[in-house]
Amino acid sequence: MTTATNLLRAERIKLFSTRAPLWCLAIALIAPLGFTVLFFALAGPEIPATVANTQLATGNGRTVLLVLAVLATASEFNWGTMRLTFQAVPSRVPALVAKVAIVSAVGAVLGLVVGFGSWGLASLVQPDADLSLHTAADWRSVLGQSLVFLLTAVAGVGVALLLRSVAFALTAVLVWTQLIEGLMVFIPGVGKHIYQWLPFHAADEFVGTAGFSTGPLQLPPPPLGPWGYLGYFAAISAALFVAGVLVTARRDA
Amino acid sequence: MIEATALTKRYGETTAVNELTFTARSGRVTGFLGPNGAGKSTTMRLILGLDTPDAGTVHIDGVAYRQLKDPLRTVGAMLDATWRHPGRGGRDHLRWLAATNGIPDKRVDEVLALVGLTSVGKTRVLQYSLGMQQRLGIAAAMLGDPRVLLFDEPVNGLDPEGMAWIRQLLNSLAAEGRTVFVSSHLLPEMAQTAQDLVVIGRGRLIYQGTMDDFVARTSEHGVRVRTPHADELRAALTGQAEFTEADGAFLVSGLDSDRIGRLAFDAGATLHELSPITGTLEQAYLDLTREAVEFPAAAMQSAVPSSEVAK
Repeated sequence: MTTATNLLRAERIKLFSTRAPLWCLAIALIAPLGFTVLFFALAGPEIPATVANTQLATGNGRTVLLVLAVLATASEFNWGTMRLTFQAVPSRVPALVAKVAIVSAVGAVLGLVVGFGSWGLASLVQPDADLSLHTAADWRSVLGQSLVFLLTAVAGVGVALLLRSVAFALTAVLVWTQLIEGLMVFIPGVGKHIYQWLPFHAADEFVGTAGFSTGPLQLPPPPLGPWGYLGYFAAISAALFVAGVLVTARRDA
Repeated sequence: MIEATALTKRYGETTAVNELTFTARSGRVTGFLGPNGAGKSTTMRLILGLDTPDAGTVHIDGVAYRQLKDPLRTVGAMLDATWRHPGRGGRDHLRWLAATNGIPDKRVDEVLALVGLTSVGKTRVLQYSLGMQQRLGIAAAMLGDPRVLLFDEPVNGLDPEGMAWIRQLLNSLAAEGRTVFVSSHLLPEMAQTAQDLVVIGRGRLIYQGTMDDFVARTSEHGVRVRTPHADELRAALTGQAEFTEADGAFLVSGLDSDRIGRLAFDAGATLHELSPITGTLEQAYLDLTREAVEFPAAAMQSAVPSSEVAK
């Protein structure tokens, strides 16, 4: 076996041998699917039955995945297993890359299931609506979740590497996703412009769910197209991870 | 073999390890002794490449730890038995660690059996007793069948049975030709296990040599003598032996108690006490490290500038 497969195997065992990641996965799956069903079963004209709108609740799953990525990484600093990992892999970077590979692979699969699951359940709940995937934008809304979830996992690992503490890192990602991104838009004047550059809004723009919640706020026209927004979101996630790796590789463990 | 050369590590103002040079040979148990805060754990982390030294080098069989391929196969270490996720089973804990270095699950089951944890392999570690956690840590160190083993305070918190088990394990590992490097702040524990000693205080080397030499060094002893006729005894001892007087007693060295008793009798000095002081290992260790205790009890209140402490 090569070093890479050894390290991937080690990180896979780590991720699936404690309970928290499994709970996170269950919640990350049930929450968006459940809300989607409720939205489509109960909503009247306020939620038009479009393909993009089947993905409105996926943000819940994304946030729980962020929690999973943070737990899988930051808890290693808290419990000392990061030191054992570095004892086994003194160059450190390969072990961290293996971790992000496993966590983001889990994210990609989760995104795939959440994206198609939400779309499928919505179609079942409203069989009369035309929810077939006709356009590239439709496909981007559903299949694109996989990319968004993958990049979300990368960002979560990066934040955890930078903050090295479960409490700090969880606080940071939850305050960011639940408060800052939501409230920024209400700052008079500049708020709307800053909001258009926030990472998870960028992710929403890519999958086409941004307009639903912010449409009534009359945002200026988006500065980037969907793929531009994906690139922007990817760049932020990658930057967080790379910064986390650089800091972790250099400091005393 | 572990060779440290002029190893130095500073944390801000504090110099934790200061130009430390020592060797731990293969086929021997080397005790690594020092008071709490002497820099033992820091030295261990430097050996394993977890911390980066500010100066100096440390090599394992001639190679820096960070250059080792699959290091668990060369160096096994237990620096802290609490480095594990409490929610993970003991066997899974060993499995992920083994996987990093391509060590098969079969070996995981072997080391679990070696430390007697087979029956609790699936149990989450949070249900392990302190002794069981310590055994799991030792199993982790043994995974790669390494030539060099490092243990930081392995008997801390163990019951006598556990201590005896570890002592026997360390000796058998050394007997197989491995390098065994064990830290402790308790000398008596080491005296029963180690053949070689490295003693440090405040990050500096105080003693390196064999346990036998260390014991010989400590067998130097004196005789304590008390008498109401101090002047007579003083006159009799002068020129015959070295002595000091403190608290109304004489401390005599260079003469045994038989000769001192005879001298005192001839001088007409009544003796209230004539007791040989046999140096103990513990006393010798305390003498050696007294200067080097990081926070001596008496110095706690004194306002020593931090730059002084750092020296």
